Amino acid sequence: MFLLEPEQWLRLLDGMWVTLQLFAVSWLIAFTVALTLTVIRATNVAPARWFVDAYVEYHRNVPLLVQILFWYFGMPELLPEGFRGWLYQHNAELSLAAIGLGLGSASYVSEDMRSGLRAIPMTQFEASRALGASYLQSMRHIIVPQALRLAIPPLVSRALLLFKNTSLAMAIGVADLTYQTRELENETYRTFATFGAATILYLLGSFLIMFLGSRIYRHYQLKGGARA
Amino acid sequence: MLEILQEYWLTLLIGQYPHGPLGGLALTLILAVFGLVLSLPLALIITLARVSPYKVFSLPSTALVQVVRGIPLLMLIFGAYFVIPKLTGQVVSGFVTLLGALVIYESAYLSEVMRAGVEAIPKGQIEASRSLGVGYWQTMRKVILPQALFNVLPSMTNQFISTIKETSLGYIISVNELTFAANQVNNLVLTKPLQVFGILAIIYFIVCFTLTRGLLWVDFRVRKARAMV
Repeated sequence: MFLLEPEQWLRLLDGMWVTLQLFAVSWLIAFTVALTLTVIRATNVAPARWFVDAYVEYHRNVPLLVQILFWYFGMPELLPEGFRGWLYQHNAELSLAAIGLGLGSASYVSEDMRSGLRAIPMTQFEASRALGASYLQSMRHIIVPQALRLAIPPLVSRALLLFKNTSLAMAIGVADLTYQTRELENETYRTFATFGAATILYLLGSFLIMFLGSRIYRHYQLKGGARA
Repeated sequence: MLEILQEYWLTLLIGQYPHGPLGGLALTLILAVFGLVLSLPLALIITLARVSPYKVFSLPSTALVQVVRGIPLLMLIFGAYFVIPKLTGQVVSGFVTLLGALVIYESAYLSEVMRAGVEAIPKGQIEASRSLGVGYWQTMRKVILPQALFNVLPSMTNQFISTIKETSLGYIISVNELTFAANQVNNLVLTKPLQVFGILAIIYFIVCFTLTRGLLWVDFRVRKARAMV
């Protein structure tokens, strides 16, 4: 009674696949947006700083679920008719959930990157500018590569949180692992077996992210340089 | 946006209260307060077990914390939704389910916060206290915990803010809290989801932002007062 049939495992794995896809896409969005925000924040121009601060405060003080619901129920209203129709025919839940999750996590990711950035001495930036590199060049070649290296450990725990938060997407009907678990329990009444299996799958996913994170950390560690 | 707020502010604030169950923002805050208050003693027990020198206590508590931290809160809520009735043989309300899941989840996270506090206290203090003939429990109670818990107070208030945000998951199992109430309002208005969910986000923002800033201020004052004594 405590074990699942093979086809039931397959359904959970289907859910796991959706969870992993959602995680990958929303992590990409979060990373890109956060990097942009961090660079904008680093310019230290007052309006740019206010914009980034407002972005971060909004996303940190509103529940992620509410952000996802806002994107799912509210945002399509603003889209042009044709595009909205196209979106609803092409898995709107998954892409809107990924946008909501990605933009929400971006606020936390950008804070992690900012602390990495602060750890780099400003003299490096000044030296690079004095040698004739432009603002963006100094950022791209000197500052950001070092700051990102320093930010890897907090970014890995952020990725773990995002992985778990993908379960919120089931609230708008994305058939992820949590969704499939609930469906399977409803159909089979094998409560402990289903939840046990789903827990194992989530833990495996978390371990996989931690493992990849430590590999990336070791790969990018500077040889002979200062260690993070 | 303002018309919606004018017409439905009471629903968002207290749900159907005089004529039905309490809901809305009031229920959200009640859930968060109870969630934190109930998880504090549990978190303290887990912390004591984790820093215990006996493996019989430290291993299972570590395993519990790691598993709870490894799965999404939503899974825990569904787990409680199905498991609590099977264990107790009674039908429990969504409120109890959500509160139960929140307490387990928060105590795992709070115990990590508390453990960090305990481990930050220099080992020399335990040794000094023990060598003066004070017992293990008394050392914990009178020397270690008062300092450790005070030091991690800001992290614990942060946990309270997260709990407020996490109660929004009650929407998924139809607990009548703020998010659920807003969804009901959305179903009544029908044509303005952008405004309704915008209002919902603004309410959460005002509550969490003022609480974060307020608690930071209180913490600052307390620390200043303590430093001056």
